[in-house]
Amino acid sequence: MLFEKTQRQILKNPFTAPGEGGKRIPASRLPAVFAVVLGVLVSMLPTTAYPAGFTDEVDISGRLSTEAWLYPQSAAYPDQHSYAGGLALETTFYVENDEGTSITVTPFLRYDAGDPERTYGDFREAYLLMYGDIGDGEWELRLGIDRVFWGVVELRSLVDIINQTDVAEHPNEKTKMGQPMAHLTWSGEWGALEFFATTWHRARTYPGPRGRQRYEFIVDQDMISYESGAKEWNIDLASRYSGLFGPLEIGLSVFNGTNREPTLLPIFLDSGLVLAPHYERIRQFGVDAQLNRGSLLLKLEAIYRAGARNSRYIQHLNTLEEEDYAAFILGSEYTLYSILGSNSDLVLFAEWTYDGRGRWATNAFENDLFIAARLGLNDTHGTEFVVSVLGSLNKSSRVLAGEFKRRLSSDNWLLHIETSAFLDIDEDDFIYYVRRDSYVKINLGYSF
Amino acid sequence: MIRFSIPRTMLALLGSFLAICFWPTESYSDLLSGTAEEVGLKVATESRENQKGFGNFTASLTMTLRNKQGKETQRSLRLKVIEIPEDGDRTLFVFDHPKDVKGTAFLVHAHKEGPDQQWLYLPALKRVKGISASKQSGSFMGSEFSYEDMGAVEVGKFTHRFLREEPCGDLKCLVLERIPKSQDSGYSRQVVWLDREELRTIQVHYFDRRNEHLKTMVVEGYAKYLDRFWRSSTITMTNLLTGKSTVLLWSDYKFGIDLDTKDFTRTALKRVR
Repeated sequence: MLFEKTQRQILKNPFTAPGEGGKRIPASRLPAVFAVVLGVLVSMLPTTAYPAGFTDEVDISGRLSTEAWLYPQSAAYPDQHSYAGGLALETTFYVENDEGTSITVTPFLRYDAGDPERTYGDFREAYLLMYGDIGDGEWELRLGIDRVFWGVVELRSLVDIINQTDVAEHPNEKTKMGQPMAHLTWSGEWGALEFFATTWHRARTYPGPRGRQRYEFIVDQDMISYESGAKEWNIDLASRYSGLFGPLEIGLSVFNGTNREPTLLPIFLDSGLVLAPHYERIRQFGVDAQLNRGSLLLKLEAIYRAGARNSRYIQHLNTLEEEDYAAFILGSEYTLYSILGSNSDLVLFAEWTYDGRGRWATNAFENDLFIAARLGLNDTHGTEFVVSVLGSLNKSSRVLAGEFKRRLSSDNWLLHIETSAFLDIDEDDFIYYVRRDSYVKINLGYSF
Repeated sequence: MIRFSIPRTMLALLGSFLAICFWPTESYSDLLSGTAEEVGLKVATESRENQKGFGNFTASLTMTLRNKQGKETQRSLRLKVIEIPEDGDRTLFVFDHPKDVKGTAFLVHAHKEGPDQQWLYLPALKRVKGISASKQSGSFMGSEFSYEDMGAVEVGKFTHRFLREEPCGDLKCLVLERIPKSQDSGYSRQVVWLDREELRTIQVHYFDRRNEHLKTMVVEGYAKYLDRFWRSSTITMTNLLTGKSTVLLWSDYKFGIDLDTKDFTRTALKRVR
């Protein structure tokens, strides 16, 4: 069998090391893990003599939400359900002492009735934060699991690379998994310089066989491999400078380590064909900038990534072709305040995203235009409407999306409805697999 | 015997000199001499100068939003303010309620002249987002206050004109008109009542771009802090077009605490609670 041979080749490849991957906590182990964490947290909370005196400020907040995903079209692949839905709980525990040193722990739990891959737990955050003066400036150290955001545009994050994306959570790739790291910041009037050392590489999540918005073949998380011999324990280094020059905000970043985006290689198992995630070592240079021109914001994100691959499959090696590439997003945001004498604000977005790998890009953003409008009523309910269209400039594919958000009268409840329609998805398009996965998602959340 | 005579004119001059020196409201009569524009600028400048020198303070804010039918909604937030010599104040707002925006923070670097700089911190994404400086005319948290109503009024951002003197409640007020220089302001002009003794803002009428009287702000409950700085406890903003109103209650004023400019950076914004 062709695929058996190639699989053996992959496993024999000296530059390839299989690994476990920093996976999410599986459903079976959830109760035990969270019982331990809650126990530790609860023991920290009382005002009895806690060694470091973390009694100055204690705060618990969070959000419990229930959501439903409905897919009106019949599925493209067998096993796929026409719905997904369940409950999610994200709670943040925060304690701080007199010196401002704090501990933040944010466990996240989700139960999904449709796709077992979406029943899991994760630590979005679990870190110690301390800071102090250094000369005219300031230092800040964050140790533990944290989330970091880089970037300026709305469509997607290009330069942002510290955290893994939780694709199973939401296919818009905006939800992040917690990443263990040491994060040191040195800041002053000249800007901020940040250093990151991360390890325990988190494996990107993917929907399971029953889930929608997935590839034709299932990504098998037991088949993860790494280029780094240290596997998921490779130490990835990153640094970022961010500064403010009058109306210009600029960020320059470099990342050297294991890619967050895997190369998915076909492997033939007894059960059928699966996709095996392989994580290469890459080096990425990034720039993000925003220029403030009154009501108009001009934005740029660009990366150069070395050591990555494109989506051209080389059959005799069972791998994807290596290609160093550049990609950018040019964007603008224009705000009309108090439109027609009302309290409402209308924000218009236009973003052009381009990937140097062209049709061999490993995502749907090879050459696309994104146009969106957000209407905020600025009422007591915080009512908000968003409509957007993402269109390919080379192909027929279009994604229409709409969003509605409103706080309900009791103030703690927030209703969030979103819908996406995948139209005329080109057979050649990278996202051809979602062509029948237009959806409506309804989320009702209670914040506390 | 030598007679030492002082000319009458000298006496008159000396007398008026002494009178000027000891005249009870000498600064006041000075203040009101000049053209309407000169007086307006002098009064506005002195009113602003009176507020300066506090260094820094923190306070809590409760907003009660009331719609036309009288239905009320509560909002609460905290803020920190630091003075920057020769420039505008820096202010950090942290929202506590409603709960879905808890932890959201808003940082303003106000400037004496030119546009302010503003950033929003979104805790769910851990994202700091630079906001268009023209946001000033937008509503603050769905209230009748817009962003430009929330900060200190920098003299350089308006042209001023003295209108008249008139009683305002138990006090006597100086009435000024100020016209925003920025095209991004939601207002064509504002009419301000300042009490004559302390030059505190008592009432403001806001006129929209069509020069219609849009909103009225009434400031009450002044108390003195550090023996020098007047701070109000209640500010009511009423929208005359919609009938909606917002009451701002200030509390927990703390002055002279351990704050410096490092607490007002984008890095600090990411760790607010």
